[in-house]
Amino acid sequence: MDLRFSPEEIAFRDEVRHFFNTEIPEAIRRKTIEGRKLEKADIVTTHKILHKKGWATPNWPKEWGGCGWTPIQQYIFMEELQSSGSPQPLQFNVQMCGPVLIQFASEAMKKKFLPRMAALEDWWCQGFSEPGSGSDLASLKTTAKRDGDHFVVNGQKIWTTLAQYADWIFCLVRTDMAAKKQEGISFLLIDMKTPGVTVRPIQTIDGSSEVNEVFFDDVRVPVENLVGQENKGWDYAKFLLGNERVGIARVGVSKERIRRIKELARIERDGDRPMIENPRFAEKLAAVEIELKALEITQLRVVAAERNRGTGKPDPASSVLKIKGSEIQQATTELLLDIIGPYAAPTSMVDAEGSNEPPVAPDYAGTIAPAYFNWRKISIYGGSNEIQRNIIAKAVLGL
Amino acid sequence: MDFDLNEEQRLLKDSVDRLMAAEYTFEKRKAYAASTAGSSDALWAKYAELGLLALPFAEADGGIGGGPTEIMIVMEALGRAMALEPYLATVVLGGGILRHGGSAEQKARVIAGVAAGETRLALATQEKQSRYDLADVQTTARRAGNGWVLDGEKGVVYGGDVADKIFVTARTGGGRRDRSGIGVFIVDAKASGVTRRGYVTQDGLRAAQFNFAGVGVASADVIGDAGNGLALVERVVDEGIAALCAEAVGVMDMMHATTLDYLKTRKQFGVTIGSFQAVQHRAADMFVALEQARSMAIFATMMAASDDAKERARAMSAAKVQVGRSGRQIGQEAVQLHGGIGMTMEYSVGHAFKRMTMIDKLYGDADHHLTRLAGLGGLTG
Repeated sequence: MDLRFSPEEIAFRDEVRHFFNTEIPEAIRRKTIEGRKLEKADIVTTHKILHKKGWATPNWPKEWGGCGWTPIQQYIFMEELQSSGSPQPLQFNVQMCGPVLIQFASEAMKKKFLPRMAALEDWWCQGFSEPGSGSDLASLKTTAKRDGDHFVVNGQKIWTTLAQYADWIFCLVRTDMAAKKQEGISFLLIDMKTPGVTVRPIQTIDGSSEVNEVFFDDVRVPVENLVGQENKGWDYAKFLLGNERVGIARVGVSKERIRRIKELARIERDGDRPMIENPRFAEKLAAVEIELKALEITQLRVVAAERNRGTGKPDPASSVLKIKGSEIQQATTELLLDIIGPYAAPTSMVDAEGSNEPPVAPDYAGTIAPAYFNWRKISIYGGSNEIQRNIIAKAVLGL
Repeated sequence: MDFDLNEEQRLLKDSVDRLMAAEYTFEKRKAYAASTAGSSDALWAKYAELGLLALPFAEADGGIGGGPTEIMIVMEALGRAMALEPYLATVVLGGGILRHGGSAEQKARVIAGVAAGETRLALATQEKQSRYDLADVQTTARRAGNGWVLDGEKGVVYGGDVADKIFVTARTGGGRRDRSGIGVFIVDAKASGVTRRGYVTQDGLRAAQFNFAGVGVASADVIGDAGNGLALVERVVDEGIAALCAEAVGVMDMMHATTLDYLKTRKQFGVTIGSFQAVQHRAADMFVALEQARSMAIFATMMAASDDAKERARAMSAAKVQVGRSGRQIGQEAVQLHGGIGMTMEYSVGHAFKRMTMIDKLYGDADHHLTRLAGLGGLTG
């Protein structure tokens, strides 16, 4: 039992840290650290730098461009990436769709899609949720009916993150209307440029429009775009959602946030002292740091156990990571809000007189309230925290 | 980075777990608690036989040379069994004073007896006014000839009722809360001028109140520098906190497992109560709290041997906060989810809840340590 990284692991950590801090443009990393909005180009630029280095798809098998790293190395890579403020390689490609294709798709399909996916030549988005199917995902109603060598898709997806940038969407569709709800679902890849696909942005409470509705009206999809077997899509979806939980603790993101909180809490004043010396605030911050340290070790225990369990199968205990990780990330946004106090309120929207004079507030204030509002999503997406409790109760506790 | 136990540690864990499973059934524990000593002498002899009482001492001193991980293994097993024997007091705290502060002569004089199960130790720091401040010492030690004379009172000395030797903090100089001017003295429990009143604690263990009235202590029984003993006490208490965190994880684990069994067997409205989502989510939250506490107990264990007092203090405070909070949640939920039976002395969960509650109050509760950690600038400075 030893919590310290080995000399090899430390050398690896220093190597990736150096790479992020020197090769990923600082302007992009500052945006993440300051909570400003990333443009499509920021994500693409970073992804392509990592791809060139061979690091865009570390979790994939080597033959498809993976790094052959140990679980601990993958963990270190992700934590250092997040700590540096670098945007992650596009998760829809790397964490979600890629592993499903690698595990379940035909060789021809892998050859067609994986290299472009790895290089972010194609931007993928996820078509799972529907207006009537949130936590009860298997109740989804979008249909795909066979017509010769095509499926004809009709229906609607919602909460489709960054669909406005996407070239492709991986979709869960109903292919057997008569079967039990989990048994009639297929996993289908759809070109966003196909006639009949419409994207409508949804403005969320933070003012941004990162999520969308995607409508399908008689969209014709070639049958060769079906992943694996027809009506087995639910199994593939469960595999994907299990993988999604593993990265969801986002320990590195929260560590970076804690640094930011301490930095700003030393600047902002509370009467005659900096906020960091307000005892109530300092205790709330310390409590979050403790939870984060515990989460970090819990995450490492899950990662280390992977070695004994054999990779590929997500640990049901990873639901703990989702619950705690989301709570901690949300708590960090609350602390930032506490620091900024009344200067949380101003927006940069143009006022009635058409003035574009910036409001009186520290220049770092503007992103804080939107981040707080936006990060409420974290305990909702990826299987809400209530669903995670169901998973723990069933898969871990046997209730 | 490695969370696996090595071969020897696995053997240690297996043997302690086996012993506890056999000798700490609910009925047996009740009998030990009701005995005069309040714990099992026969088991204490077993601990000695298995080498548990020699565990942390250096091989050169007649010990086994185990480290914090070995202590964690034993403490977690004792916690799961809610063991009553004064292991923490004798081996971790008393033993810690000897290991870190004892002279070669003192070690030679005391350790063999501890390892053989013949000598029990206790650490007496708590005073009426001191709460969680180890530097708040009003018991005095004044020079008399070649030795010292102690006067004062100590309370809530766990294991003090059966201890043969007590390590007592006493002020040799300075004001009430000064960090300097504190010495650690070995006092024979039967020495003239020592009055001891043993009692049962809320968690079914035993403790003692001590009064020292003109107790003579030979210079050979002073631990280290009589004017600068506080850092030693703090170091040993930090190790005690790490050990308590491991014990707490054992207690929590037992409460969680027992509760799960109950949820799977107890029927109401014609179904097991574990089939209700309101109950499932509470059990899931208990699991989350347990895993977080387990992680911090491991963290405390890894940091317990650190020579950097400030880093160590930060780690111990962080762990004690997590363990205190998780323990309160798991304990209260375990009683709640059991319903009436959880309220009775006839069932294990209530006893575990009581032990968990008292662990939180030992050497600083969650609130105390949160304030301390915040004062130290948090975990990452």
